[in-house]
Parts: sequence; C-alpha cells; structure tokens
Amino acid sequence: MAISAEYKDADGVLEGKDLEGVRRRLLEKYPPKVARKRDKQIVVNRVGEDGSVPVVMSNVRTVPGLISQRGCCYAGCKGVVLGPTRDIVNITHGPVGCGFYSWLTRRNQTDPDSSPDGHNFMTYCFTTDMQDEEIIFGGEKKLRLAIQEAYDNFKPKAIAVFSTCPVGLIGDDVHAVCREMKEKLGINVFGFSCEGYKGVSQSAGHHIANNGIFTHVVGTDDAVPEGDFKINLLGEYNIGGDAFEIERIFEACGLTLVATYSGNSSIEHFARSHTADLNLIMCHRSINYVAEMMETKFGLPWIKVNFIGAAATAKSLRKIAAYFDDPALSERVEAVIAAELPAVEAEAAAVRPRTEGKRAMLFVGGSRAHHYQELFAELGMKTLSAGYEFAHRDDYEGRRVLPDIKVDADSRNIQELEVHPDPERYRPRVDAQRAETLAAKGVDFADYAGMMPEMPAGALVIDDISHHETEKMIALFKPDIFCAGIKEKYVIQKHGIPLKQLHSYDYGGPYAGFKGAINFYQEIDRMVNSRVWGYLKAPWQKNPELAAKYAFE
Amino acid sequence: MESDTPCDDGYTLASLVPVVAASAVQNACKLCAPLGASLVFKGIAGGVPLLHGSQGCSTYIRRYLISHFKEPMDIACSNFGEQTAVFGGGANLQLALENVCRQYAPALIGVATTCLSETIGDDVPMFIKTFLAAVPESARPPIVHVSTPSYQGSHMEGFHRAVRAVLGALAQGRGGEATIQVNLLPGLLSPADLRHLKEMAAAFGLQAMVLPDYSDTLDGGQWESYQRIPPGGTPLQDIIAAGNAAATIELGHTLAAERDTAATDLQTRCGVPARRLGLPVGIRHTDALLQALAEISGRPVPDIYQAQRGRLLDTLVDGHKHVNTVRAALYGEADLVAGLAAFMAEIGIHPVVCASGGAGRRLAPVLHQLVPARQHAGMTILEGADFATIEEAVAGARPDLIVGHSKGYAMARRLGIPLVQVGFPIHDRMGGPRLLHVGYEGAACLFDRLANALIETRQAASPVGYTYM
Ligand code: SF4
Ligand code: SF4
Repeated sequence: MAISAEYKDADGVLEGKDLEGVRRRLLEKYPPKVARKRDKQIVVNRVGEDGSVPVVMSNVRTVPGLISQRGCCYAGCKGVVLGPTRDIVNITHGPVGCGFYSWLTRRNQTDPDSSPDGHNFMTYCFTTDMQDEEIIFGGEKKLRLAIQEAYDNFKPKAIAVFSTCPVGLIGDDVHAVCREMKEKLGINVFGFSCEGYKGVSQSAGHHIANNGIFTHVVGTDDAVPEGDFKINLLGEYNIGGDAFEIERIFEACGLTLVATYSGNSSIEHFARSHTADLNLIMCHRSINYVAEMMETKFGLPWIKVNFIGAAATAKSLRKIAAYFDDPALSERVEAVIAAELPAVEAEAAAVRPRTEGKRAMLFVGGSRAHHYQELFAELGMKTLSAGYEFAHRDDYEGRRVLPDIKVDADSRNIQELEVHPDPERYRPRVDAQRAETLAAKGVDFADYAGMMPEMPAGALVIDDISHHETEKMIALFKPDIFCAGIKEKYVIQKHGIPLKQLHSYDYGGPYAGFKGAINFYQEIDRMVNSRVWGYLKAPWQKNPELAAKYAFE
Repeated sequence: MESDTPCDDGYTLASLVPVVAASAVQNACKLCAPLGASLVFKGIAGGVPLLHGSQGCSTYIRRYLISHFKEPMDIACSNFGEQTAVFGGGANLQLALENVCRQYAPALIGVATTCLSETIGDDVPMFIKTFLAAVPESARPPIVHVSTPSYQGSHMEGFHRAVRAVLGALAQGRGGEATIQVNLLPGLLSPADLRHLKEMAAAFGLQAMVLPDYSDTLDGGQWESYQRIPPGGTPLQDIIAAGNAAATIELGHTLAAERDTAATDLQTRCGVPARRLGLPVGIRHTDALLQALAEISGRPVPDIYQAQRGRLLDTLVDGHKHVNTVRAALYGEADLVAGLAAFMAEIGIHPVVCASGGAGRRLAPVLHQLVPARQHAGMTILEGADFATIEEAVAGARPDLIVGHSKGYAMARRLGIPLVQVGFPIHDRMGGPRLLHVGYEGAACLFDRLANALIETRQAASPVGYTYM
C-alpha cells in the first residue's frame, strides 16, 4: 500500500485552507526574527518528478521560550540508545533529577530470561546525586565510589556512565575514571560525555551513544553465532513489545538475529554484532552512525527497513530475502507473509468503514512520524501534516541531500569518529558487481528515501513543532487524531481530539509487524470513534431552551 | 485510639538519625528542585514557569508532572547550548522572556534555575532587570525569580523556595484594603486536597489566599474554547494583598521546624501572624486546622465538619479490627510521611519504617512527637534515603502494608507486600490528582483504602475465599 495519494485540493490548498495563510497564522505571534527562523521549518510538501522535495530547515536550536517537544543530549544517549539494554548498569553522573526522570519512563520491554545470567538492571536508576560539595570540589571521587558500589552489589558485565550538564562545567574526567575502574574491576566500564547542553536535541546524544558503543563494545567478541542468515536490527527499541513481534517473524522466516540496537538487548549481542551479514535500520536518525561505522570497519552493509505497517513489513522481509538470494529463505518468507496477511487484511477491512477518510497529524521522534503514515494509509486515513522532533534534513528529504547539509555551530562539536577497515576482520559481504545486481532488485544499500517523497503533495511538514503551533494546527484543522507524546497528550485532548502517543504507545502495543498492525487498527478505531467525545456537552447545554422551559414551569 | 506521648529526651536534631550517606543513589526517592518550583508557578492564575538552563530539564519535568496530573503543562525554557554554557545565559533568558510574553500574555512569569545555570553562576535577577527595563511599563508582567539548584535540595525545597519567592516579591506590606483574611500555604498536596481546604476556609466565611492553588489548573475539565493558560490558580491581586491578612496558616510538620519560611517572612515583613501546623491528615491535625480557622474567623466550626468528624470516627470504630496493630512502612515527602504517621498512630497502625528522600533532618524529631513513645524503638526513620536503603529497612521490618507513591512499586512487588498509593508521583494508577488526603473526609478515604488493602490481601491468601473477613 503506498502512502502517497495526491490530495484533491488545488495546489497550495489543504482542506479548503490556503496553506500560505495557514503558515502566516502559525507565525504571526512571533517576533520577526523568530518568525523568519520558523518560516524555514514549516514547509508545504511538493514531490518533483525525480522525487526531489523542498528543503526543510532542521536540526537547529529551538528558540528560547518556545515550548518544544525536544529533550536533551543526555536523554538521547542514556534514555534512548543505551536505556533498553538490560545488563549494563547505567550510572547517571549528575544531580538527582536527570536520572530520576529517565528511570524506565520509555516503556522499553526486555526479556531477562533470554540471557543465561538473567541480569536486568532496567528497573533500577543509579545516580551520583551530586551535592554542593561535588559541584565545588569535583565529582570524580564520588563517581569512582558509585562504580565500585554498583559493581559490589550487582557484579554486572558492564557499567556505563552518563554525564549531565553540570559535569561538563566542573570538568570531571569521566573517561579517565572509567578507564581506571575498568582496569581495577576487570569488567567493561565506559563513559559518555552527553551533557544536556550539547547539540540541539536528543539527536546529539544518539550520535554520542553510537560512538561509545562502537568504540567500547562492538567487535569485542569474535565468536560467530550459528545460523545461515545473520542480521542485526538497528534502531528498534522494543517499546510496547515491538521487537518481540519482529523477533517472532524473523524466527518464522529462519533469520538469525544477532543483535538488536537496542530493544530487548544484552551487551553481549552488541559485542558480536559485527559478525552478522546485514544491518537493518528501522530508526535511521538514532542509529545510522553505528551502521556506517560497522560497514567501514567490518564490511557489513545496511539497508533501511520498516516493520510498521503490514505492507511495509512484507516489503522489508522480501528485501532481506532478496539480499540473501536463497531460494529456501525466499520460500519461507513468502510462506510467512501468506500465512500472516489474511488476518491483518480482514481486520483492516472490518475497521476501515469507520476510519476511512479520517485525518491524522503526526509529530514525533525521528522516524515514527514517517513510518506510522503507513498504518494510517492502511486504514484509509490521510496524513494532513507531519514532522519530526529531532530529525535532520536527510530524514525529511532523503539521504540524497547529505552532501548539501551544512553543520552549524551547535552540532560541530559532536565528534565524528575516524574509522578504518579492520586489518584482520574487514570482510565485505557483497562485492561491487553483486551490489549492482541487488540494487536492480530493489535492495537499496545505505539509502533512506526520507519522509517527504512518500508523503502527499500539499501536506504540511513542520520541523520541531512548538506548543503554540500545535495548538494553532488543532484549531485550524481539527484533525480526527493527533499523534505525539505524553507532553502533548492532554492539551490536545482538552480540545476533544484524541491523542495517540507514538513514543510510549500510551499503554498499548506492539504495533510493529503483522500482529502489531492489527493492534494498531483496533486502537485507532477505538480512539477516533470513542463515545466519550459525544458526552462533552450536558443535555441542558445542548438544548438551553428546553432547560429554561422546565425552570419556568 | 493511642494517646499522644511526645518525645521528651533532649536529643540534637542531626545526631539522632544520621542522613543516609552513600556514594551512589540507587532508585532515588526524591525529585529535583525546579520541578517543585514549576508546580508552584502553575498554581498562580495566568502563571507560566520558565526554567533557566538547557531544555532537557524542562522537558523531563513537564513529562514527569504530566504523567501524574494528566493535564497540559507548559514550562518554557531559556534553552542553553554549548556556547551559552560557556558564556552565560543572559541573552537566552531575554529572548525566552520576550517569547513567553508574546505567546502567552502571562499574568506572571516564574523563573527557576536549573543545575546548569546555577553551576555557571548566572546573575538572573540582573538579567530580569535588564529585560524589564526594555519593556514599556504597561506591558511588564511580574517576574519572580527563584534559585533552585538541585544539588542543594529536592523538589520540596524547590517548592517551598518558590512559595517564599512569590510572596517575597509580590506581597505588599500593611496598609491597603484587607481583601484577604487568611493566607493558606498548603505545601505539595493533591488538587482534591486543595479544593477541600478552600471549601473549609469558605465555610468559615474567610477570604483565603491559597498559594499555590493548582486545583483547577492541574485538574480541569474539557475546554469549550482554546485556553492559552488553563483557568484557575491563585489570583495575583490576592497574593499582593497577602500582607494584609489576619494570619498565615502554613502546613507541614517538618516545615514548621524550619527557621525561615514563607510564613515567617510574612510575619517579619508585614506583621501577619504565622500559624504553623502539621498537614491536616487524620483527626488531631484536622481538628487543629479547624480550630485555627475558627479563631481567625471568629466563627464556630460549621456543622458539616462536626458531621464529617462523626462519620470518620464511626468508620474508625467500625473498621478498627482490620487495622489495629497492623504495621506499615511509609515513604515520600517528609511532611506527608509525618502527616500519615500521625494518622496511623491515631488508628492503631504502627509506622515501622518512615522514610524520605529529602535530607531536611527534621523528620525524626517530628515523628517522635507524633508517634507514641512506646513505638519509637520499633521505628526506623530514614532521611536522604534511596529505595535501596528503604527496601532494606522494609525487608527487615516485614510490615503488613507499604504506603507511598508509584516509585515504590518495584519494592512492594519484590517483597510481596501490598502498596497503597498516596501523594506524588502516581503514574501507574488513575486518579492521583483526585486522591483526598486531608480533612476528616480525606482520613476516611485513606482509612478505607488501607483497610481494604489489608482485607484484600487476607482474602486472596485464604484458601477458602471468605467474603466475610
Ligand atoms: S540538571 Fe538539575 S534541574 Fe536539570 S533535571 Fe537534572 S537535577 Fe533537575
Ligand atoms: S541537566 Fe542537562 S542532562 Fe540533565 S536533564 Fe537537564 S539538559 Fe538534560
């Protein structure tokens, strides 16, 4: 099912509203300088013959005083990328809040029983809880003690340390402390300089996390797992059990999953992930760095996949089968798709009469605002407007624009690791000739087309949407459903419009794969057709004359 | 009912119970300072909180408060970048203030600092002055600044500091018209609690200034039309008039042991007598509050409270068998723990573990006054504690019940002891903001929930499945 369908409105008009006028309404409250900046982040989508789309300014600093959805670098590093790994003790080095607020709030699930030692530290929250004394005299001593204590209490395989804002300022050398403790304890101990003020959003933290895992973990175990078709799944964080559903499908297809970054993961998986044959990227924004570095150092290529949406899942599976080019595998993949699709299609058909033609807006993350358009399309719903919270231009416009992206002062200091082929372990999985044949079959290596080429022309693309603009969009279009996170949820619902959380999935999920699609259809059906909205007005408010009449009698 | 035997030995505060000293905090039992301040600013009509620091803190704090209140929670931020962290946040704060004014036309902006701007030592009052100087007088919103480094205190310190800062900046001295008769500083309570307290004051015919009052702003209905800032909150003119009130009632047992608070400030500065009471949880402390209101208003306690009190006592008598000699572990903010412990003592529950993440060093002496002396020996009091420490104590004490917020769930589950959720944050149950803790009705609600948790546990453990327990 293709997402794209030209909207029926005339050019530059969406649901009868002149889009230039809409943009003006969004910007009119801002001081001129702010309006000029936001202007470049609010774009009407147009898709050229060659798939080219307009430029969206993104990955730029949010204007002070505009309420944004974004979190900080630390949140991207500790919360997003490293948080879902169950057997690393994560210590937040800083005052108490940062660690507390990132304590299992993202609904990443994990299965500790699948590791022999059963370690699971995800329900714990370790912090050095810096006090005045450390701010003044430095916190290295306390950090050292904290690492020791965590080791004594839990005997983990690894300990990771995450710096929050004050740490960078007082000049603690967390990396030196980690090296020292690694030596002393004989386990892997590594640190991340992911102070919240770095970069402009979580995105900087993703990059720092990628660098750290790659430097300290990937390739530390050369044991090759058994299995014919070895893959890694990157950028899947097992919110609401998504990774479990994808694992189920992989297993049915006979694919061997070496590592997931980082849903339902163990550090041991990362250590040997370089032995796989193919990297699959779900969330391009948060994890493409590790994929690139693994390709350079170890020679395993990556492709973009998407397991959100039944059709997208089937397409991704076929792409994997095409890569391995094995008749038995292709047969199994086709058998799995044939076995799973009927139930999904039946559910879509049952729900569709109630969802057809309804309108959605999606403002979330760095990939989901794109991926979930698939599921809405399967329900016959259209996406009026979408945008990411912390993506870069390549996530909007496709990697074809990478050479044109200018790095600004805010992102310049996020380190790009220099990576070279490993003298012993570099093993290119496909040669140039085979790459070409595969490309012809639709296996597009190292490419992500981006969100906009797959969106209808005329949809409004808004990067880093502010709270103020969100409210304007709601008032102007009154969509049938709005997708964002918990911070937006209750303000949208005050307006009588349901909000589906696409970060934490509210309390639901999984929504990935085939079973996930069914869950999502049912959930959206419940939400857009909920009766509660019909009770908003009391009977006497609906019919004041009647109430007055009773009073008179 | 237990008699109240105050502790008589002459201990020194700090030596009695050492604040737990560990290098790492494992599962903290406290939140950070600007969160408390933000909550206060959300409780002022037309108020917008603004955090001076990098955006992660405001985002985290928003999402955290929202997960409890399930209401919109706008908190602006001055959005530091790497450059700002090095060169200071003056320009960022100016821009943030300007943007907040334009988008919200706020009645008040509350600026709280994060650890970052505190560490670099930004001169926030000077930045605010510069900003205001450039704005025409007619368009100047009051801006209140409060310093809230989390490395000096928890969310409760942030909360109390903000209340003090607001009154310090806005309440004028004696002189004007006495529109406000009583100032009520409730502390961190639920919206339901705040509504109950406001009703109480109104029942005595008192014009009360309740600060903060997020009973509507953080527990409101559906919106018929767009609201830039949710309706409700303490009216600004009431805060300004607070200096003319006949009295200030400040709630919280441990707060009452502090030397300088918002109430003492008002007393010193404006001559408003401070009455510092415990949280009105349970019989005695609700009695005390009603008596104070009676004295301030010069009116007798209204009949409805007599009736509520009667119903509460009737309930306690009826359910006494379920709770008597039961042992409970309490954790949370020091004042809530103290209030709950006082109530437990009234109904015959022994608070065997009383723990707080805050390190105010006031909890132990306060508890010794509230809990009968013969229970002191069997009571573990922890301050500055994390859940690792609390769990150790609870595992050792093996209480029948645990009473506290959502963060103790994992502990309760591991130990197999029922958890009754109270206070803040409650994010894995519905209705946290509607939980009533204060007054006779709050006590009755709490009692039902405590007794029912015990009954359910016994019922579930019974091989037969009796319905008369
Ligand atoms: S840096 Fe300080 S203010 Fe910010 S979240 Fe952490 S503890 Fe709270
Ligand atoms: S202090 Fe820094 S690291 Fe911590 S939450 Fe705030 S922005 Fe993020």
